[in-house]
Amino acid sequence: MANKLIKHHLFWPLSVLAALLLFNLLYSPDFFRIVVRDGNLYGSLIDILNFGAPLILVSIGMTLVIATKGIDLSVGSVVAISGAVACLIVSQASDQSAMGVIWTAIASSLLLAVLLGVWNGVLVSAARIQPIIATLILMVAGRGIAQLITSGQIITVSSAPYQFIGAGSFLSLPFSIFIVGAVLLIAALLARKTALGLFIESVGSNPRASRLAGLRSGTVILSVYMFCSLCAGIAGIILSSNVSSADGNNAGLWYELDAILAVVIGGTSLNGGRFYLMGTVVGALIIQTLTTTIYMIGVPPEITLVVKAFVVLAVCLIQSEAFRKSIMHRWKKRKYPAEQEVATHAS
Amino acid sequence: MSNRKPVLEMKGITKSFPGVKALTDVRFRLFPGEVHALMGENGAGKSTLIKVLTGVYSIDSGTISLDGREVAISGPLEAQKAGISTVYQEVNLCPNLTVAENIYIGREPRRLGRIIWKQMNKDAEALLKERLNLQIDVTLPLSHYPVAIQQLVAIARALSISAKVLILDEPTSSLDRNEVQQLFSIMRKLKSEGLAILFVTHFLDQVYEMSDRLTVLRSGEYIGEYMAAELPRFELVLKMIGKELNLLEELPALSEETKEASGSVMISSEGLGRKGAIEPLDLQIRKGEVLGLAGLLGSGRTETARLFFGADRADKGRLVVADTGQGVSSPRSAISQGIAFCSENRKSEGIIDDLTIRENIILALQASRGWFRPISRRRQDEIADEYMRLLNINPKNPEHIIKNLSGGNQQKVLLARWLLTQPKLLILDEPTRGIDIGAKAEIQKLVLSLSRQGMAVLFISSEIEEVIRVSDRIAVLRDRVKVKELGREQMNQHDIMQAMAGG
Amino acid sequence: MLLNRKYIPVLVTFGLFLAMFAAGSFRYTGFFSSQVLLNLFIDNAFLIITAVGMTFVIVSGGIDLSVGSVIALTTMVSAALVQQQGWPPSVVIPLVLIMGAVFGSIMGAIIHYFNIQPFIVTLAGMFLARGLCYVISINTITIDNAFYTSAAQTKISLPGGSYISVSVVIALAVVLFAIYMAHYTRTGRNVYAIGGSEQSAVLMGLPVARTKILVYTFSGFCSALAGVVFTFYMLSGYGLHAVGLELDTIAAVVIGGTLLTGGVGYIAGTVIGVLIQGVIQTIISFEGTLSSWWTKIVIGLLLFVFILLQRVLSERRLT
Repeated sequence: MANKLIKHHLFWPLSVLAALLLFNLLYSPDFFRIVVRDGNLYGSLIDILNFGAPLILVSIGMTLVIATKGIDLSVGSVVAISGAVACLIVSQASDQSAMGVIWTAIASSLLLAVLLGVWNGVLVSAARIQPIIATLILMVAGRGIAQLITSGQIITVSSAPYQFIGAGSFLSLPFSIFIVGAVLLIAALLARKTALGLFIESVGSNPRASRLAGLRSGTVILSVYMFCSLCAGIAGIILSSNVSSADGNNAGLWYELDAILAVVIGGTSLNGGRFYLMGTVVGALIIQTLTTTIYMIGVPPEITLVVKAFVVLAVCLIQSEAFRKSIMHRWKKRKYPAEQEVATHAS
Repeated sequence: MSNRKPVLEMKGITKSFPGVKALTDVRFRLFPGEVHALMGENGAGKSTLIKVLTGVYSIDSGTISLDGREVAISGPLEAQKAGISTVYQEVNLCPNLTVAENIYIGREPRRLGRIIWKQMNKDAEALLKERLNLQIDVTLPLSHYPVAIQQLVAIARALSISAKVLILDEPTSSLDRNEVQQLFSIMRKLKSEGLAILFVTHFLDQVYEMSDRLTVLRSGEYIGEYMAAELPRFELVLKMIGKELNLLEELPALSEETKEASGSVMISSEGLGRKGAIEPLDLQIRKGEVLGLAGLLGSGRTETARLFFGADRADKGRLVVADTGQGVSSPRSAISQGIAFCSENRKSEGIIDDLTIRENIILALQASRGWFRPISRRRQDEIADEYMRLLNINPKNPEHIIKNLSGGNQQKVLLARWLLTQPKLLILDEPTRGIDIGAKAEIQKLVLSLSRQGMAVLFISSEIEEVIRVSDRIAVLRDRVKVKELGREQMNQHDIMQAMAGG
Repeated sequence: MLLNRKYIPVLVTFGLFLAMFAAGSFRYTGFFSSQVLLNLFIDNAFLIITAVGMTFVIVSGGIDLSVGSVIALTTMVSAALVQQQGWPPSVVIPLVLIMGAVFGSIMGAIIHYFNIQPFIVTLAGMFLARGLCYVISINTITIDNAFYTSAAQTKISLPGGSYISVSVVIALAVVLFAIYMAHYTRTGRNVYAIGGSEQSAVLMGLPVARTKILVYTFSGFCSALAGVVFTFYMLSGYGLHAVGLELDTIAAVVIGGTLLTGGVGYIAGTVIGVLIQGVIQTIISFEGTLSSWWTKIVIGLLLFVFILLQRVLSERRLT
C-alpha cells in the first residue's frame, strides 16, 4: 500500500508542495490564514492560486506539446501578443466597459493565439522542423510583434469588466481560478474522454509504430500546438487584465521556461509519451509557492532562479537513465565506455 | 592454406546480455589473403561477434589473438590500432566532412599542431587511386557521393590505418549490380595483397562468388567452418537453419482437411518493386488463403510485406486491392481497405512502450474511428479481456505497461490489435520469433482458423516447417527475387530450401 | 573551386549583408562610411565573441542557453571584486575567464555523461548564473576603476580618420583563433565530426567525451570573455545585463549559415550573422520613425527563411 502510494505519479510533486507549505507555516504561522473581506477571501494560499493562474494555464498546454515529444518556446511571446491585442482593442473603444468590446477583444486575441499555434504546428508537423527550432522563430519574432502592437508603450485600459477577468472575484474566489478550472476540465475531457490523449501519448512514445497503426500524427501534433497557444493566449488576457495594462516587452517573460519546468516536475518526461495534467498543475503551484516563499522570507525574489536551476537539474538527473545507472552501478568499474556510448547514442 | 598461421583467431568467445546469451563458446579464425564469410540467420550472433571484434562489446570469456599474440580490444580506437577495421552496412562516417577528412580524421597530417590539408588531400587521392582504383574529388563532402563510393571511402579509411583485418558488414545490401561488381573487384585486389577479409552478406550468390571459407553460427553457437568450394549451397542453408538432411521428413499440414478451392483474389501486385528492397514482383493473395513467404534473411520478405501495407512507397509496378480497385498509398489507406501488418520489429514498429496492454490493443481500431468516437472504457475493458483470453496473454492485468512484457506476449498484444480491426488481409512478419513452443502453436492454429473464416493471410517466417504447416501456397524469395511458387501438394522442405539456396 | 552546396547559406548571408548595407547607403546620407561599418563591430564585439563560442556548440549538435546569463554573471563578479573588494583587474579578469570556462565544462560533463538534452542542462545553467548575479547584488554596481574606464574609452585610430575600440581587437583575435581552431586543429575537426554523426565519431575512435566537454568549456570561456568586453562597454555589473542575448546569439549563428542540426557551420558566417543584426539596428536608428521592435521581427523572419532554406537543402541532400 505504502509502496503503491510512493509510486503514484503525484506522490513526489505533492510531497514537495506540502514540504514547501509546511516550511511557510513554520516560518509564518498565519500563512494558512484566510480572511474574509468584502465577501471575498484573502490570504497567501489564495494569492498563490491567483498569481499562479497564468502559469498553470500555459503549463497545461505545454504538457500536451511535450507529450508528443515536442516543445513550445513561443508561449511567452504569445502571452505578450494576446494581452497586447486585447488591451489595444479595449483601449481604442469609445466605451471601454461595453460587453461587446470585451468579447471582441477576447475573441480576436484568442483567435490570433490559435493562428500562431497553427504556425508552430505546421512548421513542426508539415515542414518537419525540430520543435525547439521551429518555435524559436516565433519566440524571437513574437516579442517584436507584441511591441509592434503596443507601439513599444504600455497600453493601459480602464475597463471594469475587462479587469474582472484577472482581478475580479466570483463566489468569493478570484475569477481566474475558475478560468483555470475550466481549461483544466476541457483539457482533461479532451484527453481522457476523447481518444486524443491516447493518440498524443502514442505519437509521443513511438511515432513510427503510431504511423503503422494508422494514426494521423500530423493532425495530432498540429492540434496540440494550437491548444498550447490558446492556453498561452488565455494566460495573456488574464495577466494583462490583472494589471489593466499590456506590456509587450515584459509580459510573459520566462514563461516558456517556467512552464517546461512545471511540466517536468509534474512527472511528464521530456522524451514524450505519458503525460500528467494534474502533475503539471502541482508543478506550477510548486513554482508559484517557491516564488511566494522566497519573497516572504525577505530574500530578493530573483534568487528564485538559483533554486529553480537546482530543481531543473535534480529532476532531469532523476529522469536520466545514465545517471540512475551510474548511481546504481557505482561500485562497478566502467570497463567499456564505448559500449555505453554506442548504446546510449544509438537509441 | 591450413599450414599458414591465421592472422586472427578467436576462441571460446562467450558474451551475454541481461537475459540473453548472445554468444556461447564461439570460435573463429581468419587467414591472410582470404575472404571469409560469416553466415547465420537472425539471432545467430553475427553482429555480436563483429562488435566484439571491433571493441564495441566486451567479452565475458574467451581469447582473441592477432598474429599469434593475445590481445584485449577495449574500444573502437584500440581495435583500429590493432589492425582491425570495419565497414558497416550503414556507412559509419561523417557525411558533412570531406572525403579526405573521413579517411584521415583523428590522424590528420600535422605540422606544429596545424593540419596540413594539402598533404591530406594528396594522400587521400593517392590512396584511393592506388589501392581502390578510384579517382574522385576528395575535397567534396562525403554526402555528395552515392553509398557505393561512401563505402569505398570507408574501406580506404580502414586501409589507411594499415588494417590487417577488414570486416565488411553487409556492404552490398544497398548497392546495385554494377556497384557490387566494382566492390568485388576491389575485394579481390585487396585479398591478393594479403589482406584478410571478413565478409557478411545475406546474398548467397555473393557468398559463393567471393568467399574462400565460411563459418556458420546459429543461435549464438559455433556450427562449423567450411571451405566454400566443398559445401554445397543446400547444405549451407541446412546448417544455417539447423536441420540435418536425413531428418527432413514430411510434416503433416494442419490446413489440409479444410481447404477447398480458394476464394477470389483479395489483393494482387503487378511488377511491384522498390530499389534496394525487392525486385519487381507479381503476387496474388486470395480470400481465405494463407500465402507463405519463405526466404533467408535479407531475401526481400519483409520488404515485400512493407510494400503491401504502404509502409514504404513502391517505385515500380502497382498493387490493387480487389474489393476497392484501389492501390495502397500509406498505412492509413491500407488499414481502411482492410489490411493489417504485424511488423517483425516489435520494439520499434509495433508496441507503444509507455502504454498499457489495453491501450495497445485498441490503438489501431481507435485510430480508424478517429478522435471523437472514442471506444468507451467499458467496451475497452471487454475487448482487452476477450483478446487477452483468446490469445492467452500474460500477465492477465490489462493495465500492465507493455514494455515490461515478454516478447511473446508483446507479439500477442500486437496480434490482438490487428485482429480487432477485423482485417481482410493480415500480414504477419515473423509472428512467432522468440516465442515459446506452446504460444507458437497457438498462433499457428489461430492463423488457420482465421483463414477458414475467410481472412487472407500473408505469413512470413524463417522457420520452414512453420511456413509449410500453415500455408496453402508458398512463394520463395531469394536475393530479392521471387524464384518459385509452390502449391499445397508440391510443398516439401527439400524443394523449398533448394529454392531458397539456389544455384 | 567548385561552388559547393554547403556554402550556399553563407553566401546568401553575405549577399544579404551587402544588400542591406548598400540599401542603407543609398537611402541615408552618412550611412556609407567606414565608421558606420566599424561601429557595427564596436557595438557588437561582445555578441561576436559569444556567437563564436555558440557556433562550436551548435556545430557539435548542441545548444547553449546560458551565454547571456554568464555574461551578466561576469559583469557582476568583475564589478563586485574590482569595485567593492578592490581587487586588481589583472587578477579579476583571468579569474572570471576561468570561472566561465569551468561553468561551461561542468555543463558539458553533465550533458555528455548523463546524456541529458543540452537544452535543459544549459537552461539550468542559465537560471543558476542569472540567480547568482542577484546573490551578489540586486542593484547595478558601477565601475570607475581606471583600467576599465581606459579600456572603455581607448580608441584605436585607423587610417582615414576612423577608429575601433579595444573590444573589437579582442573580438577579432577570438574570431581568428576560432577559425584556426575550427579548420586547422584536430579538436576543431572532431567537433564537426561529432555534429555530423556522433555515433560514427565514436566508432571512428575519436575522443567524443573530451571534445564535447571542450566545446561547452570554450563556449563558457567565450561568454565570460564577452562579459569582460561587455563590462568595458557598460562600465557596470548588473543582473539584468544581456537578458535574452542567447536568442540573439543563436539567431546570428543560424543566419550565419550554421545548421542547427549540427555538422555544418562557419565562424566567418557567424560574424556576418552578427553584423546583419547590427545593420538592421543601424538602419532602424537611421530611419528614425521605425521602432526598435522591428529588429526582432526582421530577425525572426530571417531565422524562418534560413531554417527553411536549411531544411530544403538537407532534404535535397538526402534524395
